[in-house]
Amino acid sequence: MGNESIFKTLMVAVGVSAVCAVLVSVTAKSLESTQIENQKLDKKRNILVAAGVIDSRGYLLQKEDAAKTLADIKEEFARLIPQVIDLETGRVVEGMEPEEIEKIDPKKQVKSEADRIKLSQTTDISGIKFKPKQAVVYVLNDGAGKPLRYIFPIFGKGLWSTMYGYIALESDLNTVSNITFYDHGETPGLGGEISNPKWQAKWADKRIFDTSGKPVLKVFKGHVPESDPAAAYEVDGISGATLTGNGVSNTVRFWLGENGFGPYLKALRD
Amino acid sequence: MSEKLSATFTDPLVKTNPVALQVLGICSALAVTTSMSTTVTMCIAVTFVTVGSNIGISLIRKIIPSSIRMIIEMAIIASLVIVVDQILRAYAPGISKSLSVFVGLIITNCIVMGRTEAFAIKNGVLASALDGLGNGLGYSIVLLCVGFIRELFGVGTLFGYTVFKSVNDGGWYPGNGLLVLAPGAFFLIGFFIWILRTVRPELQEKE
Amino acid sequence: MFEMFINCVFLQNMALSLFLGMCTFLAVSKKVDTAVSLGIAVIVVQFITVPVNNLVLQYVLSEGALEWLSPGLASLNLEFLAFITFIGVIAAIVQILEMALDRFFPPLYYSLGIFLPLITVNCAIMGGSLFMQERSYNFRESLQYGFFSGLGWAVAITLLAGVRDKMAYSNVPKGLRGIGIVFITAGLIAMAFTCFSGITI
Repeated sequence: MGNESIFKTLMVAVGVSAVCAVLVSVTAKSLESTQIENQKLDKKRNILVAAGVIDSRGYLLQKEDAAKTLADIKEEFARLIPQVIDLETGRVVEGMEPEEIEKIDPKKQVKSEADRIKLSQTTDISGIKFKPKQAVVYVLNDGAGKPLRYIFPIFGKGLWSTMYGYIALESDLNTVSNITFYDHGETPGLGGEISNPKWQAKWADKRIFDTSGKPVLKVFKGHVPESDPAAAYEVDGISGATLTGNGVSNTVRFWLGENGFGPYLKALRD
Repeated sequence: MSEKLSATFTDPLVKTNPVALQVLGICSALAVTTSMSTTVTMCIAVTFVTVGSNIGISLIRKIIPSSIRMIIEMAIIASLVIVVDQILRAYAPGISKSLSVFVGLIITNCIVMGRTEAFAIKNGVLASALDGLGNGLGYSIVLLCVGFIRELFGVGTLFGYTVFKSVNDGGWYPGNGLLVLAPGAFFLIGFFIWILRTVRPELQEKE
Repeated sequence: MFEMFINCVFLQNMALSLFLGMCTFLAVSKKVDTAVSLGIAVIVVQFITVPVNNLVLQYVLSEGALEWLSPGLASLNLEFLAFITFIGVIAAIVQILEMALDRFFPPLYYSLGIFLPLITVNCAIMGGSLFMQERSYNFRESLQYGFFSGLGWAVAITLLAGVRDKMAYSNVPKGLRGIGIVFITAGLIAMAFTCFSGITI
């Protein structure tokens, strides 16, 4: 065996490294654009599902007789009007370019010192430690240009992981129209059921705020009894996933409360 | 020769099954089997990597210096895994998300490393490819069985489609949460081994 | 820090709820003292590799990390190389550790040394680094995570070895003898550990 000389060892090492490097870089670079494209599409699809424009398989919901047509995500998405909200004041930030708005991503914002606000222990009910400085709310208008639904980005801690999603409110700013979760690491089959459209459908027509204006909506432990006077504020829990449910309750309450979109909602109501 | 080749391929399916008998590659076998779609993806990924790395190592087996043998095997395996991961991210982002770190962990899956080290390093390309395929499929058989039971009886669905209508959706089937959680996976593999060794007593361990 | 401890040891135990490092977990859990040595080796290696990989990720691989070399590299994102870099770093560190132990602490080398090569291909180590990346821990968190996740794994393997020790006298059905019953035992321990889930600090 003449394989043990230093020269040959180096040659083999360099050769194998070169082949591997080419293989890996070519795949990574050639697939990069597809990956980014897919991520963007996935985000848009989730927002549209929350807005109630399409269902979870991508079929259009609203247009008559069109329930069987797969939606052109990009075209449908263009119907939504993005509004950038300053989460410190609740005011709408004007004059941002669409490309800038597209780049706003809570996952990246909470990692960067410049784009986040530290939450105090008492306000941080959903366990996220930081909230982004800005968030994008999407508004769906009806044909006459009147707002139909508002779609809010939300995220918070579940049992294991941070759950990212959207919640959509009807134009009365109190009734839930839909909720979706697009990223989480909860136990599949238990907490993971938060991404099941059948469970998400149970959120429709629930109320968020009680008469004093506090967000009180929560995920119930078990099935909500019909006689329960607070039934309008309670969503059926997922069996075996009480803690994930609590996480969802806290997330919704935080984001629609005074430290989240509360000031923005107040301005809208006035 | 052809008989030997076919044995190379069929032996790992049952007789020397990497998961149930050699107890290799257990980590992912337990972790990704909560649903069929992740299981199938994982099986394809692992089979691809075992075949690929076996072929790769077998091709250069005559020129590898033994002092850097392991690191070369590692480099080839890791590159293949990165390729798989990138493809998944591009074309199946949802599944890639739910497999999370376990795609990366194919690198440390003992089956892959074990086959290159035990077989590919001293056998021809065709035999190595078959050996990789056999072991990949042997791994897949166990995973698919476990995944099938866990998803069907744990949640009442297969590939996400409802088979038993669960109580959560207003049906009759109360999902068995234990199966979906960690302990259920351990029990299932334990029982799988038990059944296999009762049916074929020659595989039992002597103590 | 306490939260990280509870989380890594009890809630998301490396071995029992994430199934990492199973091959060694099942194979080397026959005796308590070997299990403890292996556990310690895992803690040490995990405590070094996770933070080192964290630094590599932060200052070499992640998007824009190489900007200091030249402004043109600001948009370079090498995160797709994470797998191969991590495994390389782990293999190198284990090798160095082995040589350092052999040179400076021979007694320790004789008790832990034989386990070190096993650790390179232990998915608990690789998994630790990958989870660090996925959960985007900062350096301090990665130090804690490395130590406590290793500790969790060590606790699990010691427990399993303890139970297996006692099981030597039980009459196990023939087909289940050996590895079969170990799976069932590990399942029972994992079941006990699920009782911890939901603890919040």
